[in-house]
Amino acid sequence: MPLQVKRLLLVFAIFIGIMLVLKYVLTPDSWREYGPYRGNAIGEIASQQAKYVQKESCADCHDSIAEIKSLGEHINLQCEICHGPGYQHVDDENFKMEITKNNALCLRCHTKNAASPKNIIKQIDAIEHNEGEECITCHNPHQPWL
Amino acid sequence: MDKIQSLYEALTKVDGFIYPNELALNWDMLIVMYPYITGLVAGAFILASLNRVFDIKALRPTYELSLLTALSFMLVATMPLITHLGQPFRFYEMLITPHLTSAMAIFGFVYLWYLMVVLLLEIWFDYRYDMVIWSREKKGFMKFFYKALTLWVSDTSPESRKTDEKIGYFITVVGIPSAFLLHGYVGFIFGSIKANPWWSTVMMPVIFLFSAMVSGIALVMFIYMVVSYLRKQKIDMNALDTIAKYLFYILIIDFTLESLDQIHRIYEADESFDILKILVRGKLFFTFFIMQIGVGVVIPLATLGFLQFKKPRVRIRKLIYWIISICVLVGIFYMRWNVVIGGQLFSKSFYGFTSYKVNLIGGSDVTLSLLWFIVPFFILAFLLWLLPPWKKAPPIEIPEE
Repeated sequence: MPLQVKRLLLVFAIFIGIMLVLKYVLTPDSWREYGPYRGNAIGEIASQQAKYVQKESCADCHDSIAEIKSLGEHINLQCEICHGPGYQHVDDENFKMEITKNNALCLRCHTKNAASPKNIIKQIDAIEHNEGEECITCHNPHQPWL
Repeated sequence: MDKIQSLYEALTKVDGFIYPNELALNWDMLIVMYPYITGLVAGAFILASLNRVFDIKALRPTYELSLLTALSFMLVATMPLITHLGQPFRFYEMLITPHLTSAMAIFGFVYLWYLMVVLLLEIWFDYRYDMVIWSREKKGFMKFFYKALTLWVSDTSPESRKTDEKIGYFITVVGIPSAFLLHGYVGFIFGSIKANPWWSTVMMPVIFLFSAMVSGIALVMFIYMVVSYLRKQKIDMNALDTIAKYLFYILIIDFTLESLDQIHRIYEADESFDILKILVRGKLFFTFFIMQIGVGVVIPLATLGFLQFKKPRVRIRKLIYWIISICVLVGIFYMRWNVVIGGQLFSKSFYGFTSYKVNLIGGSDVTLSLLWFIVPFFILAFLLWLLPPWKKAPPIEIPEE
């Protein structure tokens, strides 16, 4: 066998050896426990803290607002859709939840959009409809249309 | 969704009905660069093999240049993917956890095979003798460096050169199907996505392959002219004419295949056809009809076809070749663009569109894409300095047995 081929084979053998060592050392422990992914990933994802606490948890304390809301059109919406995730506030009542009061929040759902069902979600043209006014000067978000 | 500040803002980018997860394009311009750069590698290598395996002697002046071009682009071929994923420290996991259930997971191995077994080996056997000679001429660090590159084999006997020549030939023969595998694989990634009618066609690997050859040949043509100009050397017009001839032939095949795919799609006119028609005539009009077909195919085909019959003066011919190579490179870039971006612009409900706006300033995808396109030229400049093809010893003649 020519010398250059021998040397090359040696280099390739070293390379493959290094790859095998790396594979042995670096492969995550639970790889292929269930399939071609880390088995531990399932546990890790499941153990993450839930960020959203659901409207029933909010109603435990904020019962008066929950009652108002239950009479309005937003009855089926979760509080956290507008107020954001509530897990920190539930654990510690001193933790204040930021409430966005600008129009953009309302317009997420209520802006005119051909793709949205008009009979279910009221839609307005943000440019024509009382330009410059805050939505919440006329509409109470908890009971928007009464 | 982090790219979109609010849903309200996002909805302004939408026409008709789309599913929520189709708002933002997950594969941006970096993923356009990935098949583009990989294609340049495969194409440049095929041009080299035309000389070595198919024995087209006129292409000899561009043989080493093609190989070094392929290598410099190959070295950055994975970078668009790694930067797009944004997890540079986890890229190796693909290589240490191999499995066959995902086409993407196989890329690492296709890539390694092509880089290590084909490109590096072929260049090594081609340059081994010269590196030994250079290691004797140089002093200091460069002497050591060349010696290390030869793996401390200092044999310069005619027998060893003949061995190099034979093994190099064998590697090129293996390299052709490997180059086909490399780029056919990239086409397969798109062609195998059955949920996307713009991608899902068995023609995709073949189309990618031929467009790769077209772009790679155009790139070597471009680089050969620029390098000759910078070195103030006379361009071998015979080589350039031959490259242009093959560019013309392969461009015809490429255009035929793409047309066949589109005609088939148009005639079949299945349920996705309406949305694709609006897509191509609307959002992709500029990139598809003007850039991909006009600049990338019609102009080069007409010009190169004309040159097959009538040869203008050398000066004009050089200028034409230079412009045509750029046209083809731009056209193939837009072909990748139309595949990658086009396939994500329409909703899989077939009732709506989203949009993709390139941020020319401040957009990380454009900056990085440009970077990964420019870096190979610097690598090539370094390789041409380290392994200058014009300082190589003349090839050894192997008598016919």
